Amino acid sequence: MNDHILERAANVPATGPLAEALRTRSRLMELTQASHDAALRPATPGSISFTERAALAARMVQICKDSALADHYIGLAGATVPAWATPDTRADDARLDALIAYADKITLSPRDATPEDIDALRAAGIDEGDIVRLAGLVAFVNYQLRVAKVLRAMGGTR
Amino acid sequence: MSRVIRKFTTRVPQWRPHVTPVDLDTATDEQRDALSETPSNTKISDYVLVLAHDPQALGARTPLFNGIMYDEGGLSRAERELGAVAASFVNRCIYCAAVHASRYNKLKGEESTMQKVFFDGEKADLPPREAAILKFGVRLSQCPPEITPKDIDTLREQGLNELAILDLTLSTALFGWANRLMHTLGEPVDNRI
Repeated sequence: MNDHILERAANVPATGPLAEALRTRSRLMELTQASHDAALRPATPGSISFTERAALAARMVQICKDSALADHYIGLAGATVPAWATPDTRADDARLDALIAYADKITLSPRDATPEDIDALRAAGIDEGDIVRLAGLVAFVNYQLRVAKVLRAMGGTR
Repeated sequence: MSRVIRKFTTRVPQWRPHVTPVDLDTATDEQRDALSETPSNTKISDYVLVLAHDPQALGARTPLFNGIMYDEGGLSRAERELGAVAASFVNRCIYCAAVHASRYNKLKGEESTMQKVFFDGEKADLPPREAAILKFGVRLSQCPPEITPKDIDTLREQGLNELAILDLTLSTALFGWANRLMHTLGEPVDNRI
């Protein structure tokens, strides 16, 4: 059984041409898992907690209709999953709502990003290191869910 | 003075960060280590110095980036760049689109493909294989991504095997990642004059 989150969530076959292709790119799938761990469970998390990271990820993958990754991230959020892990909700907390607004916008419509999006994070008290950590989390999850989507479609044909 | 660039171009602009880059002179050992490899082996840029605020993530991301774009076998270098451009077009990351369109042009020795992509997007009039790759990249870059088994079959009909499809997926999705960093943490500017 594959111990990588992405391949597990995509339910990739253990044998056959797709499994072989993934074996050829196994170093890249290892680095993908390392990127997941760096985004979700970093050694130096800054001010954004593990639960907040997992809840943001759960929200983004649900926006993108990925129920298998949603199960993973809801599980990762811990015993008490924040209500705002569900899309179209708010946290009613200025700092959290700023994180959520950024994650939603950059997931849904990165083309509309402006310098004001970063200003809004700063105004909510997010420091520069945490702005980069948040951007990295949002960007990674959007990569991961796209690779999972294709692997699932590839496994479903043939 | 510098002007923000809002139109697609193959002339690579400057990237102006919205977040203060890490100062290399005062960087920690972990940050220096993460900066020891750079995307496409280019010089240490403001972009990677901004990302160095999170050295653990950068240290995994850079070898992943280079592997997806340069590892041997599978999809050709140029076709990986086409996937990167498709994502950057959808996400309107002018900087990434410029860098990777110019790499495509250099690899292929022609400029008309990228001119058509920048002008007509998904509807660009291209040979069937390039058109299929572009369309797949555009559909994968939507939110939510629009890929179905039929999209995979279309690529197979154009001669892409499992490894080539995986490589195209990784390069396109990687730019869904890169665009979300480059296009939010800074902006492309024209610094000439």
